[in-house]
Amino acid sequence: MKKIILLLALAFSAFLSHAQNAVTLKAGDAAPDFKLKNVDNKEVSFGTFKDAKGYIVVFTCNTCPYAIGYEQRIIDLDKKFKSQGYPVIAINPNDPEASTADTFAKMQDLAKDKKYSFPYLFDPGQKITDEYGAKRTPHIFIVSKTAKGNVVEYVGAIDNDPEGNNPQKIKYAEDVIASLKIGQKPAITQTKEIGCTVKRKAKA
Amino acid sequence: MKIKPFFYIFLFGIISVSAYSQNVKLININQLNERIKNGKDSTYVVNFWATWCAPCIKELPHFEKLGAEHKSEKLAVLLVSLDFKSKLESNVIPFVKRKNLKNEVFLLNESSPQEFIDRIDPSWSGSIPATLFIKGDKRKFVESEFTYEQLLTEYKKL
Repeated sequence: MKKIILLLALAFSAFLSHAQNAVTLKAGDAAPDFKLKNVDNKEVSFGTFKDAKGYIVVFTCNTCPYAIGYEQRIIDLDKKFKSQGYPVIAINPNDPEASTADTFAKMQDLAKDKKYSFPYLFDPGQKITDEYGAKRTPHIFIVSKTAKGNVVEYVGAIDNDPEGNNPQKIKYAEDVIASLKIGQKPAITQTKEIGCTVKRKAKA
Repeated sequence: MKIKPFFYIFLFGIISVSAYSQNVKLININQLNERIKNGKDSTYVVNFWATWCAPCIKELPHFEKLGAEHKSEKLAVLLVSLDFKSKLESNVIPFVKRKNLKNEVFLLNESSPQEFIDRIDPSWSGSIPATLFIKGDKRKFVESEFTYEQLLTEYKKL
């Protein structure tokens, strides 16, 4: 009898650990720093950008159709905002064994092909992914550098137009940075978006 | 002799009805709620998926099996695709035909994810696969992939 209960408890906790992921950070939370390997083999952290006022941290990947759909918009965000003090830092949250097109070598290929002007970081063990509680690709976290450290200002989507055909789209990310630049808190701090789940190794 | 044309018309009718059953209808959240409220079944399992979502495609057979094996228990399995509307003819309908899906298939006709995700369930982050279980007043939302056993367990718990 005890054995059965133990087995059931084990099965239940295995199910829970599969279903339950880390809690997603929200506006006001401290943004954890990281030190991850970029596609150029150099390590990148927040400190890499000494003059930054903040950061656009994007969890994105090689494979997800939504991430691919947003790729050009991510490139454009960096083009527009790096010079204004808000560089893009992309992190691939997928496990390369679970998603074989998301290996470090394939990330290097993509970054080279598309001439990424921003770092594209590999997250071994999905540690940073879980610290931020990134749930899908793409999932963005806009961070500001304050006297009290790095603070999350916005979590969610880049805009409300995943298909990229709505001229009336709301550009959430751009609006957030526009507010931060004039020293205000953004009006919208959290949005939702459809996307691919973060790919994880199957649990035994 | 005279019956023959009618027979063919009849046959044609049957074929077109069965072909229609493999069609994919556009549905918005209000229509989905109506479909569930006014449907004659007592349990609804609504799976949100897309042709581009690999884990969704992997678990679709489980939903087909659940629907087929528990039809007599007044269960309706609704497969709601989150593919872009522009992919309906090019991707979704061919996919449904190729996989010979028997459950009802819809394509979500909503444009603002920011709004519709919360209307399905406030706990939903927006990743798929995700599944909504409804039985009477009971609603349960699960944002993860299922094995057949896990799906069956959730269904039986309702």
